[in-house]
Amino acid sequence: MAKNFYGEGLPGVDGDELHGKLIVIEGADGSGRSTQIERLTAWMERHGHAIVNVGLKRSTLVSDQLDIAKRGNILSPTTRSLFYATDFADQLEHIIIPALKSGFIVLADRYIYTLIARDIVRDADRAWVESLYSIAVVPDAVFYLKVSPRLLVERNFDKNVVLDYWESGMDIGLSRDMLESFLKYQKLIQNEFANMQQRFGFEVINGNRSPRAIALDLQARVARIIGGIPIDQPERETTQTLAIKSDNGTIEREPRIETNHVHSFSISAEEVNV
Amino acid sequence: MRMELRKPKDIPGKLIAVEGLDGSGKSTQIYLVKRWLEMQDMKVFFTEWNSSNLVKKVTKRGKKEQLLTPTTFSLIHCTDFADRYERQIWPLLRAGFIVLADRYMYTAFARDVVRGCSHLWVRNLYSFAMEPDITFFFKVRLETALDRILSARPQLKYFEAGMDLGLSSDPYESFRLFQQRIHQQYESMEETYHFRVIDATRTVEEQQQEVRELIQSRIDLPHFKKRSRVSMA
Repeated sequence: MAKNFYGEGLPGVDGDELHGKLIVIEGADGSGRSTQIERLTAWMERHGHAIVNVGLKRSTLVSDQLDIAKRGNILSPTTRSLFYATDFADQLEHIIIPALKSGFIVLADRYIYTLIARDIVRDADRAWVESLYSIAVVPDAVFYLKVSPRLLVERNFDKNVVLDYWESGMDIGLSRDMLESFLKYQKLIQNEFANMQQRFGFEVINGNRSPRAIALDLQARVARIIGGIPIDQPERETTQTLAIKSDNGTIEREPRIETNHVHSFSISAEEVNV
Repeated sequence: MRMELRKPKDIPGKLIAVEGLDGSGKSTQIYLVKRWLEMQDMKVFFTEWNSSNLVKKVTKRGKKEQLLTPTTFSLIHCTDFADRYERQIWPLLRAGFIVLADRYMYTAFARDVVRGCSHLWVRNLYSFAMEPDITFFFKVRLETALDRILSARPQLKYFEAGMDLGLSSDPYESFRLFQQRIHQQYESMEETYHFRVIDATRTVEEQQQEVRELIQSRIDLPHFKKRSRVSMA
């Protein structure tokens, strides 16, 4: 039940008091993170579990300042790293740890890994960045939604019509062409996630599949951690709407799937009964 | 895990830092050094702890609303330092300036560790910064420093008094205990970080004399004259 920290932990926090579960979903913008988090939250709440959702850049302390600073060119790589780390630490101490102490399930929309990957890709010293985030609680599970950069492009255009400056890594000068920069940047990030995978024990989830297939895959994996929670049956799920509601309330089709990445959806009986 | 602190050899500038308790007189001394160098037409730049505009709002808000934990307190001060370091201290050192720093990373080493942060974590946090060429530690007896600050009965702020440590509910008593612990941290760093200990119980003039002599013996000052003037060489 107790939790560990990556490093020496936080002043005044005892890992033995952290009785809840910490589940992390990682993945690029457009990897389907928020959709999956919504589904997981609804599913767990339906079965009576108390969920606390956390994400990056949501702390009351610095998120406004980060937004302002991002607009200009006033952040150096080190100050940006430190601002994000401050934001993370603020949420860790004010939301995640109290929730874990009270036995909640904390569902994190990204965690330190995205922050580490972004910094490393920008040439930060690995030992420095990892020490910075050694204050973090080791999660019970980390699911990394891996989506091919090409499919990410499609989904980002579908959703926002433009590619995001930072998610395209335009600040590092990989290419003057935004699409090319986006593809290169996402590739670099994926490589860094591959580097981290072993060390941090990620479970890599094929994110090129339909949201439904991914959701059931995630349920099966989360059920192993939480225990005593039945996963949805595929039949039951199909009776629900396949469409996803986008932010502006319109109903969208399911994201198109590259045929060469499609994994047929199946869940074995053993997995269901775990 | 800890990286070696950067100690570049071919940096044309020089970095001089002052450290010490509140009330040790270090700010007065560094100000006098600054005036002394300026009046000789030297390339000199002065920077102060916790003064970056980038971070000011966050610090102010966090402190006012008491949102800061030891960890975020430490990170915010490091962000402030990194901003000044990367935009001023480091470029100026490479451009051949004498940079004077009123408090440097040792202030964080002392305060953050007293607040409960891991010793190793804090040192790692600042591992991007170089060690100064000279670090003056203005050492006074704890009681002397406390008298200098407290005799004026100032309105001590929450974090300034170390109230967040929960040492005492009385701000003055809390400040005393907090300063005492910081004093111990400074003493434990003297050797490791090659502090030049200045006896700060002596007169301002005596201390300044010693400081100037040491700077002159360690730094080839004429070398730092502005180019608009004819070189001494």
